[in-house]
Parts: sequence; structure tokens; C-alpha cells
Amino acid sequence: MDFINAIILLLNYIFIPALTYGSQLALGAIFVTLIYGILRFANFATGDMMSFGTMATILFTWYFQSLGVSLGVLPTALLAIPFGIIFMILYMLLIDKFVFKYYRHQKSPPVQFAMVSIGVMFVTQAVVRIIIGPGDRRFFDGEKFIIKAREFKEMTGLNEGLALKSTQVITIFVTIVLVSLLFWFLNRTKTGKSMKAYSDNEDLALLSGIDPKKIVLVTWIIAGILATIGGVLYGLDKSFKPFTYFNNMLPIFAAAIVGGIGNPFGAFLGGYVIAFSEILLTYAYKKFFMYILPESMEPNSLVQLLSTDYKFAVSFSILVIVLIYRPSGIFKGKVL
Amino acid sequence: MRKNLNVIAAYSIMMVLILMVGIFQSWNIALSIFNLCLISAVMTMGANIQWGYAGLINFGIMGYTALGGLAAVLISVDPVQEAWRAGGFDILMALWLIVVMVLVIRFILKRFEKSKIRTYSIAAIIISGILLIRFSAEPGIEAIEAVDPAKTGFLGGFGLPIIFSWIVGALFAGGLAFIVGKVALGLRADYLAIATLLISEIVIAIIKHEDWLTRGVKNVIGLKRPAPYEVDLQTTDWFIKLVEKFNSGKLSVIENLADRQAALNQLVIEGSSVFVKLCYSGLFLVVVIVLLILTQKALYSPWGRMMRAIRDNEEAANAMGKNVVKQHLLIFILGSAIVGIAGAMLVTQDGLFTPGSYRPMRYTFLIWVMVIVGGSGNNFGAILGGFVVWFLWIEAAPISLFLINFFTVGIPETNALKAHLIESVPYFRFLLMGLGLLFIMRYRPKGILPEKIEIK
Repeated sequence: MDFINAIILLLNYIFIPALTYGSQLALGAIFVTLIYGILRFANFATGDMMSFGTMATILFTWYFQSLGVSLGVLPTALLAIPFGIIFMILYMLLIDKFVFKYYRHQKSPPVQFAMVSIGVMFVTQAVVRIIIGPGDRRFFDGEKFIIKAREFKEMTGLNEGLALKSTQVITIFVTIVLVSLLFWFLNRTKTGKSMKAYSDNEDLALLSGIDPKKIVLVTWIIAGILATIGGVLYGLDKSFKPFTYFNNMLPIFAAAIVGGIGNPFGAFLGGYVIAFSEILLTYAYKKFFMYILPESMEPNSLVQLLSTDYKFAVSFSILVIVLIYRPSGIFKGKVL
Repeated sequence: MRKNLNVIAAYSIMMVLILMVGIFQSWNIALSIFNLCLISAVMTMGANIQWGYAGLINFGIMGYTALGGLAAVLISVDPVQEAWRAGGFDILMALWLIVVMVLVIRFILKRFEKSKIRTYSIAAIIISGILLIRFSAEPGIEAIEAVDPAKTGFLGGFGLPIIFSWIVGALFAGGLAFIVGKVALGLRADYLAIATLLISEIVIAIIKHEDWLTRGVKNVIGLKRPAPYEVDLQTTDWFIKLVEKFNSGKLSVIENLADRQAALNQLVIEGSSVFVKLCYSGLFLVVVIVLLILTQKALYSPWGRMMRAIRDNEEAANAMGKNVVKQHLLIFILGSAIVGIAGAMLVTQDGLFTPGSYRPMRYTFLIWVMVIVGGSGNNFGAILGGFVVWFLWIEAAPISLFLINFFTVGIPETNALKAHLIESVPYFRFLLMGLGLLFIMRYRPKGILPEKIEIK
């Protein structure tokens, strides 16, 4: 019985939260990796673009709520996502037209692109803050829990409860669907394959008649979808605050690089690597050991490897180590 | 003289702008803008050495600034004897363990050939070492943090004049840069940017959460000053006489003796804070000028020429027998050390150390905007960038408020859109910075004052 309790404890506090957080990171990381692989620059505006998409979705959610439209037990935001995506894509295309296109034609070095993306980051941050303000916003509605901890305890008679939030299930479900669709698109359709070819060797791709404008357009559309959905899922699960989204850029970068930048599947896995290591290393295992060890060996301290304050530092350290020893990432980069 | 005309013109315009703030807003605001402009100028000189001279991209400026600030705390605060008695021994033990660990790793690296076993054993040593240090230092740290946590709860510093921290801050930042450079400088440019950004976040995380050393988010306040205190000045005879002399015209108009005394008191209070700021300006100006002379000399020295050669064509410079790796490391350390000085200066001026206020927007990306806007590779340009961008950063809110009012003059105050815009005035500075950066990058990619190399 104690053993089952211990497993439930880990499921409740490590496995499910890490899976959720990892999914959110994974979507962002695929976004970063696509931009890096095809447009060839590290996009420092990642976090803020995600917050723009989320902001658009929140505005539509409020509009729908004011109309009285809702999805019942599901959050209204799911209904608003397509509209948010449209706005996100329009914004991205606008920025590409006025900012990035020029440097692409000039064949500027990646560093210059990175600098330009910092300019975009400043502008996007300003736009988001001017429109919706810098404060914390919750836009979740509908049923909060699928299984409540107390109900689970009553149902199974265990000491440990397992709480399953609906946002967690939604996040994992949406991520799986979206990522499978994306990989199907990249691997099976003609456009996806030409994107791959363009990423591998631009000149050869151009020679074989691939239209670069179309590739860039499709890339921004996919990026818009990923950024908006990733941002909204994070916002539903936690809350929306422009500053947090800016900060999320860092673990997202870490995930993309750990997975091998330019490699979407690597980025997908990288998200989970980062999320699990952050949570595994900062969790206090005291209760876990209390269940599985005999009473005489119970630990006195919290059995916590690092305090939770260092959560971000864990993922950054992993990234730095990966960068130094295996710059192409764990899953080998540049094979979009 | 003609050649430098644009430099002189640009600086004159900048000075006039600051003087206008002094005349129309207040001298206090003008001087605090000026002081922070000087500090920003030091930071941009550091970043400019790395980016402009050598083409190294360092997005970790925030980390070095914070280390400089930490130096100011560790140098100037009086040691907390009680805390040392409570846990000093444990901390020293932990430090000793770290030194032993580093030495062991160095020994292994030197002694054994590169192999999988070596890599894994080093990883094992590091992990077990960290665990050992963590668990052995834990009681000491708890004891230190328990000593009067509302006031101290940390080890304190050395109780020296804070001015020394400017040098120590440079040493701290240089030391960190040595480690970071050893590890990360081999990376490609954009990876280096990300790596340095993340390392600086790690530094901030440590400073924020190691309360025994820095008091963490509880902040250290009331640091000693190199300048006199306003309260002391207000009761000093020579200062009151000085203020009286400066304002004799204004004062002589007032007939009533009591009124005149009241007016004088008011002037003395205002004057004291201006005087203190002027003292800081003087100190900072000395630092800026010394650094400017040194960096200009370096730029035109054989060493500067070599750095530019490395920047423009690494392989060719390498083929000419220049040690690219070593020079990159050197310049990375130098630039970061200068940023460390700026960090210490900043804390000296504020008189407080707030680890929570170190954010990458303000301390990394804004500095980069300054370097790019001012003109990378040109020291005068970098300093000008620091001035222009900081000035706009502060004055963006009043300017945008003015513009909003100007364009919506016909719309009543109660209009929801107008009220919303006026409420979000502080965020227009981001917009201004972003647009400024984008326009400069597009239409004047070398900055306001571009790099100009004269071959003498």
C-alpha cells in the first residue's frame, strides 16, 4: 500500500506537472527551432510573440464571454484560439515584411538578425503592455478539476490524493494532436518536404524550383499557430503576465538547443527533458522516502537536491553543459 | 578639428538636452539623468570593447553588473561579528572544499588522457562535491541567516570605503568572465549570446537566493557613501554661505528677514541634494574619462589593430600567428571588468543593493541598444549611445504623454481610449527603444557615430 502511495505522490507532484510544463515548453521550442532552421536566426522575441498571441486570444475570450458564448465545461479560450492565431500570424507577417525581409535579402549574418529580433522584442513588449497592461490575468473558465484529490482518496482509500486539473489534460491532449499534425505535415506533404530541403541546403532548394517566399510564409503560419497555442496553454494552466512570458523564453531556448536546434522532434523531446530535470532536481523527496523506507530510516531533512529558487538555474545549467560538450544537441541538430 | 565635427555636434546637442531638463524640469532630475548616463556610458564602453573591438557577443552584462554591485556590498558593509561566530567556520570549510574540488578536477584533467571514464568521473566528483558542500554548509548557513534576520542575517563585508569596490567589482566581474570565457567562447556567435544570457541568469539566481552572502531579496540598504550626506550639509556653515552667495540676487529681493530665512532654508535643502549629485558626477566623470583615454589608447595601439584584424578575419589573423583564443579571452575579461566597475558605481550611487531589480531588459538588452545606436567600435559613439538611450528611456514617458495629449486634444478626458493610453504611458519607452533600434539597424547600421579608423 505504501508503495502505491509513493507512486501516486510522484505522479501527482512530479510526473503530471512536468508533463504539462514540458508540453508547453515543447511547443515554444518547436517554434524557436523552426525559425532557426528555416529563417536562420535565434529569435529573441519568442516569449513576447507568444504573449502577443495569448493576448489576442484573451481579448477574444472576453468578447465571447460578454456575448454569453461558452463551451460549457471547457474553457472559452479554446473557442478563441483560432481568432488569436489569425491575429498572431498577421502580426508576424507584418513584422517579417517590414523588418526581417530586408535582412534576409541582404543575407545578413545571424548575429544581425538576433539584434533585429531584440528590436522586435522591445516593440512587441510595448504593444502587449499598452493593449492589455502588465498585470497578472487569469482567463480560465469552465470546470477546474477532472479528479479532485479528496475524491480520489475516497475512491481508492489511499492516503495520497491525485488531483488532475482539466488544464493539464487539455495541454497534453492538444500538444499531442498538434505535434502529430505538424510532423505529418513536415514529413508527408510536399510543402513540408520542401521546407526540409530549404533548411538543409538553401541554394539547392532554390535550384530545384522551391519558392522561398512560400516557404517563409508557411513557416510564419506554423510559427504563429505554435506560439499562440503554446502561450494560451501556459496561460490557462498558470496565468498570463507579459513579464513571465518574456522569462519563459529562456527555458524554451534551453529546450530547443538541448534537443538540437533546427530539429523539431529534438525540440519536442527537449521540452520534456528540461521540464523533468527542473522538477526532479528541485522536488523535496522527504514524503516519498517516508513511504518506501522503513520507519527507522526515515530522513530528517527535506531530501531536496536544490531549493526551488534554482528551478530556472537547473535548466540553464543543463543547457550550458550541453552547449559545451555537445553543441549540436542531444538529438543532433539541423535535420528538420 | 573638421573631422571630429559630428562628434562635437552630437555631444553638444546631448548636453543642451540635459541642460534643458535642468531648466524646465529641475536640476535634481537633470543631474540624476546625467549620473546614470555616465554609468551607462561605462557599461557601453565595456560592451563596446567586446563587440566593437573583437566582435564577441556578450548578453551577460546583467550578471557582471550584479557582481559589481555585490562587490560594493562586500567591501563597504561592516562585518557582522555574530554571524561570523555562528557560521563563519562552516562557510570557510565549504570554500575550502570548493578549492579542493577544483584542484582535484584540474589534477585529473592534466594527469589522464581524454576518455569516457575521465568525463564520467569528473561529473561524479562535481555532483558528489556539490552534495557534500550543500549538506555540510547547511547548518552554518541556517545559523548565519538566523542572526537578527530583520537587520543582518548575512556575513557582512569588510567595512572599507565603498570606493574600493569599484576595483574589486572589476576583479569579480573579470573572474567570472574568465570562467565563462574558458567555457563558452568557442561557441558560435548566436549560441554564445544565448549561453552568456543564461549564465547571467544563473548568477542572478545565486545572488538572489544565497541570503548568507547577499541578504538576497531582503536587500542591503544604507551603504556608506563616498559623498557627504544631505543632512550634514544642511547644517554646515560653509555650505549655507555658499548657497547664500549663489542666490544672493534672489534673496536680496525678499524684504522680511523671517521670510528670507525660510527661503534660504528651502534653497539649502534643494542645494544639498544637487551638491551630493554633483559630487557623484565628478567621481563618475573621472572614471569615464580615465576609461576613455585607456580604451582610445588601446584602440590605436598595435594590440587594437590586432583585435580588429581578428574581428574582421579570424582565420587570417590566426594564420599570421596571432593567438585568437587567448586574445578573445583577454578582451572578454577586460570588457566584463569594465561592466563590473559600472555595477559597483551604480550601487554606490543608489546606496542600496536590490538583487530583485536585476532584469535582463534593463541591464542587458538596453545596454546593447545603447551600443548599437551609439556606434559599435567607436568609443565616443558608445558613450553617446549611453547618453542618448538613457535620456530617452527616462524622458520617453513625458514625451509620449505630451504627444498623446497633443493628438487627442479634441477628445474629452473621460474617453476610454484616451484614459487607457495615458495610463499605459510608461510602456511607450519600450516602443521607443524598439523602434529606435530597428530604424538605426536599418538605415544607419553603424550607429550614430560610426567606427572610423585612421591609419597614422
